[in-house]
Amino acid sequence: MIEVENLTKFYGQVPALRHVSFSIDQGEIVGFLGPNGAGKTTTLRILTCFMPPTSGVARVAGLDCQKDSLEVRAKIGYLPENVPLYSDMTTRRFLEFAATAKGVVRSRTREEIDRVMETCAIKSVASRIIGHLSKGYRQRIGIAQALLNDPPILILDEPTIGLDPTQIVEIRALIKELGAERTIILSSHILPEVSQICQRILIINNGQIIATDTPANLTTQLQRNLQVYLEVDGPSSEIMEKLGGLDGVLAVKPANGGYTYLIETKRGQDLRPELARTVVEHGWHLRELKLQDLSLEDIFMQLVTDEEPGKERE
Amino acid sequence: MKGFWVVYRKELYRLFASPIFYVVAFIFLALVGYFFYSSVAYYSILSFQAGTNPFLSQQLNLTDMVLEPFFASISIILLLMVPLITMRLFAEEKKTGTAELLFTYPISDRGAVLGKFGAGVSVLLLLLLGTFPAMLLLEILTDPPWAMILGGYVGLLLMSSAFVSLGLLASSLTENQIIAAATAFGALLLLWIIGWSESLVGPALGSLLKYLSLFTHYDNFAKGILDSRDILFYFLFILLFLFTTLRILESRQWRG
Repeated sequence: MIEVENLTKFYGQVPALRHVSFSIDQGEIVGFLGPNGAGKTTTLRILTCFMPPTSGVARVAGLDCQKDSLEVRAKIGYLPENVPLYSDMTTRRFLEFAATAKGVVRSRTREEIDRVMETCAIKSVASRIIGHLSKGYRQRIGIAQALLNDPPILILDEPTIGLDPTQIVEIRALIKELGAERTIILSSHILPEVSQICQRILIINNGQIIATDTPANLTTQLQRNLQVYLEVDGPSSEIMEKLGGLDGVLAVKPANGGYTYLIETKRGQDLRPELARTVVEHGWHLRELKLQDLSLEDIFMQLVTDEEPGKERE
Repeated sequence: MKGFWVVYRKELYRLFASPIFYVVAFIFLALVGYFFYSSVAYYSILSFQAGTNPFLSQQLNLTDMVLEPFFASISIILLLMVPLITMRLFAEEKKTGTAELLFTYPISDRGAVLGKFGAGVSVLLLLLLGTFPAMLLLEILTDPPWAMILGGYVGLLLMSSAFVSLGLLASSLTENQIIAAATAFGALLLLWIIGWSESLVGPALGSLLKYLSLFTHYDNFAKGILDSRDILFYFLFILLFLFTTLRILESRQWRG
């Protein structure tokens, strides 16, 4: 549905995107994840034909974003970052404008506007002036205008930024619901959000895609080593020495709190029974022992920070 | 051209929704009304004096005493007011980010430019219509030359359309409305006074500068003469500035 080949974008001398390539299938919900200034918005702006790439090709439904700009735009519903809206118009008036601009035929305009207002729960503010509405409502109006004329592709740039927790939950549910029959790309720098909503994640940093996979796969793939959390009552230095001497243990680090340790073990090897036995054999009191999952946060931090601790050790 | 009507309607709605239009319209009509009143009053005083002076009475006529100054004053006030109407057309969209919305809708750039231009011209047409009751007053008082008045209005509409096209370009260059207004005002003022420098730069360049002046072309209209050269000048002027605006908008395609 969406193909991007070798996309590069320079702002003056500054590269915002460097040789980015990816493709997105029909019906996928894909999350663009990256720290601020990573190139998320730039990529989305190129896909929505707002700006062209310096080099490379972006295709939506087989159409070139630069050459067939108007056809591409007709297929996309776009929620720009910070949700720019005409703040001196009423909600209904604005949606009328957006519907006409997006090519909804006159006779269906009313019905179409009612439909998106229903979906986004903004009927109650239909005749209010947009400038007087709260951020949550504005966000929903932004999504509503993107939904007009039922585009097969939705591109949402930071759809939940600046919302309160209940609103975030609502918007996420709405996006999931919409994703049932559409291709959705959303960008975010909030990890849990992306891992909850998206089927696939593209992690982008410094203008390059550094990882792409399902949230689950990313977690397992990038888990360099297993970490075991251990809480044990006993002489600290001796524990560290004995456990560190076990086959397969890479490092033993005292964690926060007096009797707790983080033990890194080689990948694919579950050392929990051995650890337990060692502790018991030495007469120490085992209080807790559990395998720690590397969270998506950890992976993300690993990917976007320049130093790669995994490489040092290998 | 796709998108002309939808942008046109949106711009008109927003122009009327903002207080700028009402303030500008009020000041414009108040000033025009004052100019009209003072020239008519002056004309009537002179007419009384002319009753005892047959030589003076030959010199007096409505066109020279009332209509020409009336149209000339409108053109100067428009020069001051049009930049205030046009300043927001593109600058505000860029500032608030709605440009991103507008240019990701399936609307052509040409449709957007013409829609905004059309809305600006429509607002000015409305302002000019607001001055028309003055002419009806003349009809009650005397027997005004309607052909000349019509010519004057056609000229005003053409000239203010040219102002709008220049203001639109200024607005597309910046995201700051004040800068857009100041640029448009400065350029319009320059295009007015440029015609005066004939004596400084010699006859050849002087006549060229005079030709470029937006106001020398209006003189004929104000006298009621519809000259195709003047009409063509305004059309080319508008075309040039709309075309440049379009290119400026497209420059986002290759600028960083």
